[in-house]
Amino acid sequence: MWTWFYKLASPPYVYRVAAAFAPWLLGLAAIAIGYGLIDGLVFAPPDYQQGDAFRIIYVHAPSAWMSLSAYTVMAVAGAIALIWRIKVGHAVAAASAPIGASFTLAALATGSLWGRPMWGTYWAWDPRLTSELILLFLYVGVMALRPAFEDAGRGDRAAALLAIVGLVNVPIVHYSVQWWNSLHQGATVAKFGRPEMDPSMLWPLLSMLLGFTMFYAGVLCIRLRGEILNRERSAAWVREAIAS
Amino acid sequence: MTVGAWAAMSLIVRRELCLSFRRPGQVLQPLVFFLIVTTLFPLSLSPQLSLLRDMAPGVLWVAALLSSLLSLDSLFKSDADDGTLEQLAICGQELSLIVIAKAAAHWLVSGAALVVISPLVGVALGIPTSAFATMMLSLALGTLTLSWLGAIGAGLTVGLRRGNVLLSLIVLPLAMPLLIFGANATDRAIGGTSPAGPLYFLAALCVFTCTLAPFAATAALRITLE
Amino acid sequence: MNSAPDGLSVEKVHVWRGDRHVLKGVSLHLRPHQLLHVSGPNGAGKTTLLRVLCGLLRPEEGAVAWRGLPILKSRTDYHASLAYSSHDPALKGDLTSLENLRYSVGLRRHLSNEELRANLSKTGVGDCADLPARVLSAGQRRRVAMARILASDAALWLLDEPFTNLDAAGTELLSLLLAEHVRAGGLAVVVAHQEIRLSGDVHRLELAA
Repeated sequence: MWTWFYKLASPPYVYRVAAAFAPWLLGLAAIAIGYGLIDGLVFAPPDYQQGDAFRIIYVHAPSAWMSLSAYTVMAVAGAIALIWRIKVGHAVAAASAPIGASFTLAALATGSLWGRPMWGTYWAWDPRLTSELILLFLYVGVMALRPAFEDAGRGDRAAALLAIVGLVNVPIVHYSVQWWNSLHQGATVAKFGRPEMDPSMLWPLLSMLLGFTMFYAGVLCIRLRGEILNRERSAAWVREAIAS
Repeated sequence: MTVGAWAAMSLIVRRELCLSFRRPGQVLQPLVFFLIVTTLFPLSLSPQLSLLRDMAPGVLWVAALLSSLLSLDSLFKSDADDGTLEQLAICGQELSLIVIAKAAAHWLVSGAALVVISPLVGVALGIPTSAFATMMLSLALGTLTLSWLGAIGAGLTVGLRRGNVLLSLIVLPLAMPLLIFGANATDRAIGGTSPAGPLYFLAALCVFTCTLAPFAATAALRITLE
Repeated sequence: MNSAPDGLSVEKVHVWRGDRHVLKGVSLHLRPHQLLHVSGPNGAGKTTLLRVLCGLLRPEEGAVAWRGLPILKSRTDYHASLAYSSHDPALKGDLTSLENLRYSVGLRRHLSNEELRANLSKTGVGDCADLPARVLSAGQRRRVAMARILASDAALWLLDEPFTNLDAAGTELLSLLLAEHVRAGGLAVVVAHQEIRLSGDVHRLELAA
């Protein structure tokens, strides 16, 4: 079992495996997202409280979920790279960061759009959106730190450490912001009251979640290959791989 | 005979204090910045104390946060610039102990100093004296936690170009919970209700950070020194 | 076959800085009473090698051992036995020479002010003891750094270009101190581009760019 783990530490191996997985992951993602969108946007019944506006949850919730998952993947990959000195971990972290940041932006944008019919305004300091915003800042910090070092290896290690520190802080930030918001409940009435989910509403949501996860994994594979090529550019196997 | 851990840590604290007093400007500037920033708010909002009082906890805390960030830059910078940081890393003592001593000394001349002059700002913003104790306690806990969060950031960014901007970018999101609880504690004290809840949270955050941050800050320094 | 574990042993150390393969499988063994003179053109990795020996830089491959133990396992003990002098004399400009010594050597050993002053005199800067380091000349600062190395009483000296900024008398003095150290059973790794005239066991390591 450990031999598999050590194989995973070899950049050329990961490069090939990622190439094999990517099309399957993206294909599955297309199917799951396709089904989820059609069922959720067209067939699922409107919510008795929010009407059709709640449908944006089919994009908002998976985006928010993925933004957090991608950060976790980034931090864990960085931790593995730091502790066991497995360089591919840094490549995974570097590849994952922009995808996660994009999901965060998507969550914020869809949340803002959802807020318009709910609160009458594009932004109210809703606790979940505020947490997402802080998560975006955490992403920006990690993505800004990595290239600031002249030596790429040090940049990777610094970014990995920061990601780990950020991950530890995410629950703290989340609960602090919830607490903060509960104090000032008077001003805005609605949070994203998760509508009571009838199964006909739930299945598309789960499908979207699965689809987004597959999409993330597929895009990660593609970006990871690019990262590996860039990092290993002076290695012999890269020259062969490009030539072929 | 070799030097024990406590002796080494107290030597480092003495070193830091000695260096700080030889450059009083470096110590005073963030404090003056604190006072200046607080002045910006009455100027931009209103001189009415009753209005300022509502905003006071927030203004006070934001100013304290920004001022602390300014002073954090100097935690490792001067040592990194003249090569003494390396020497500290290989002096035969645990690097984490040295980092703890440095951060403690740094807090004494920055955070603690901030707490001491906070009544001045409190008066300027209309905070009633009955709330001062809470205000100062929350600031003490908050600046201590921030010193540690900042030590991690400083360890990562010392020696980088535009390191101080990156430092702010990194530390501020991590400091937002502090801000929430600290400002709220002061707010409650002003309103007359018990600030115990947020103060306990603040204390918990402080203990949590002060326990774990030294390891992260030491790891950050090792990465920087490579 | 490894003889009795005494001294410094470096096995096939590889270091990459970004894309550059700086140290390509460097190996060396150094025992007490020996001095290693490391030389090579600019960019050959001499400073990098010293920093690996200090334990500041972790090699991608290879290992360094001191008295049989890997240095990264028992880092603080290893550091307690070495003294490192870099390109920079590493002095705080706002502290006097004496204070500089007290706050650096003081972390390793208890030395009284008299003993510290004696070390400063030995390297010829006794009269600079109470002057802030920033008013000293480059040569004087180098001598204070030498005094710090002396006072640390370390078995292993790692010196990066220690002859920089020293005048003829200073160079002579440093060679003498090195000879004394090696004769007394110490080890030294010295990076220098000039010849080191020393009686005693001097080995050479030439690094290629």
